[in-house]
Amino acid sequence: MDNAQLLISGLANGCVYGLIALGFVLIYKATEAVNFAQGDFMMLGAFVTIGLTNTEYMGLPFWMALPISLSIMAAVGYLVDRLIIRRLFGESQSAVVILTIAMGFVIRFVAGLIWGHEPQTLQNPLAGKDIRFGGLVLGLEDVAVIVVTLLLTIGLYLFFSRTKLGLAMQAASQNQLAAYYMGIPVKQVQGVIWALAGVVACIAGILFAAKGSVDPTTGLLGIKAFAAAVIGGFGSLPGALAGGLIVGVIEPFASRYIAAGYSQVAPYALLLAVLIFRPNGLFSQVRAKKV
Amino acid sequence: MNDPILMIRNIESFYGPIQAIRGVSLDVLEGQIVSILGANGAGKTTLMKTVSGVMDPEKGRINLNGKDIQGLEPHEVVQRGIVHVPEGREVFPLMTVDENLTLGAYTISDKSLIERDRELVFHYFPVLKARRQQEAGTLSGGQQQMLAIGRGLMASPKIMLLDEPSLGLSPILVQEIFGILRRLNDEQKMTMVLVEQNANAALELAHHGYVMELGRIVMDGSAEDLMKSEDIQNFYLGVQEEGARENRRWKRKKTWR
Ligand SMILES: Nc1ncnc2c1ncn2[C@@H]1O[C@H](COP(=O)(O)OP(=O)(O)OP(=O)(O)O)[C@@H](O)[C@H]1O
Ligand SMILES: [Mg+2]
Repeated sequence: MDNAQLLISGLANGCVYGLIALGFVLIYKATEAVNFAQGDFMMLGAFVTIGLTNTEYMGLPFWMALPISLSIMAAVGYLVDRLIIRRLFGESQSAVVILTIAMGFVIRFVAGLIWGHEPQTLQNPLAGKDIRFGGLVLGLEDVAVIVVTLLLTIGLYLFFSRTKLGLAMQAASQNQLAAYYMGIPVKQVQGVIWALAGVVACIAGILFAAKGSVDPTTGLLGIKAFAAAVIGGFGSLPGALAGGLIVGVIEPFASRYIAAGYSQVAPYALLLAVLIFRPNGLFSQVRAKKV
Repeated sequence: MNDPILMIRNIESFYGPIQAIRGVSLDVLEGQIVSILGANGAGKTTLMKTVSGVMDPEKGRINLNGKDIQGLEPHEVVQRGIVHVPEGREVFPLMTVDENLTLGAYTISDKSLIERDRELVFHYFPVLKARRQQEAGTLSGGQQQMLAIGRGLMASPKIMLLDEPSLGLSPILVQEIFGILRRLNDEQKMTMVLVEQNANAALELAHHGYVMELGRIVMDGSAEDLMKSEDIQNFYLGVQEEGARENRRWKRKKTWR
């Protein structure tokens, strides 16, 4: 019984990691570089939503704030690509990496200035409610996190496999030059992917801030999500989600059954094991990417 | 019919400080197959990249149907009717044959036109139809080349730029693919610019030919004339007299400038 509850809360946490990992993978596919500010995007998305909804700030109804904050984060993602990343075209990937790390510092600093450094919770319609299921008491927020993540992943999957734009995004990541030859406007497509990564980060942030609380350093859990993305193979969206779930589930069980101090290390120990035994990740696509 | 559909005038292209195209001019008439021959590094691929907008020329004009297109973005060039089938096929390896074809039609929004073109591709390349759901990366080299050409056709182009479609294929496959290109030209009136190392096959197929050396056009003429030309015979068709081919190449090159 207890274990089942651990599992559910682990899955809910894992969903948030998974969503951030999705963002990592999206950007990696588009830009061939890792956006180390993805966790901070999440934190920013959470604070933007808090700023719009919470009564001590603007106090908009949640459902009205939602589309606004999603649009804001889409714009942030798009502009980061447009104004910053695209300038680095042709530079080495480490330039992009260092830049995104710096961007993370800036976002944390700015968020601290605007919203302060106290942890804050997103006021939302589901707060404090729970559902009883057999003997289980499940926070409605945990359930919502799992459901939303599932729907989002299915949505993204359908988008990438069924729509022309989604196919074009895949194409651009598999063979950028050929994508140009086929008349795919690769740069615009990449901008859209950054916008999408902003939206996914925002959703992750909303879910995280609804079931817990955020402060400007929350984005640093992006490191765990990065581990999740690597465990998932860093190339596939379902892999990223699965990696997130694995890390999320390991954590509470490790802290229950392993001595404190060691339990924190569990996700990274798994990461290390995966890197040693399956260097391409648990869910890697078998063939290496061309070009 | 007799105005060139594609007119290239004094194009110069650079890779950073390195000049790869040194003032190339050529004409392509509607319905023609024009072949560009030349040794490795002559600048053939660079010329095609410049036409398709993947590279911008430093100088010169590229004119399609009376409109200048130099410096346009690649997708704008595709929309205007020029598609580039790249050297080395460059299919999308993790996508199915069908998805590759769908992407070839990225600039087309008319669904019925896309399906018509897909049927056309399957008509000329039945093997692709049989393997619609196979991942492109797992096709054989020849099948990938067919897919690359088919994917190009999906853009409903007026002109196809084909960069070394014979690369790495067996002589029989080269014959098969060139046969299909000829039928596309005959039956669909497809205008083609064909870059080739395989001068024999290319000149047999083409109406007109250009020879490139070190970023310049050094010779041009009807395919028949080129086929008869001694220079071509020696350097590209492999008909050589006994002895020092290298020396000869040197001398001839001098006479071309
Ligand atoms: N990306 C690049 N950067 C710098 N120089 C390049 C680049 N690509 C090609 N070149 C140079 O430009 C010249 C022309 O190359 P290009 O690829 O156009 O030749 P090609 O005629 O297509 O040769 P091949 O028959 O081998 O394909 C060569 O000297 C080559 O070294
Ligand atoms: Mg070439």
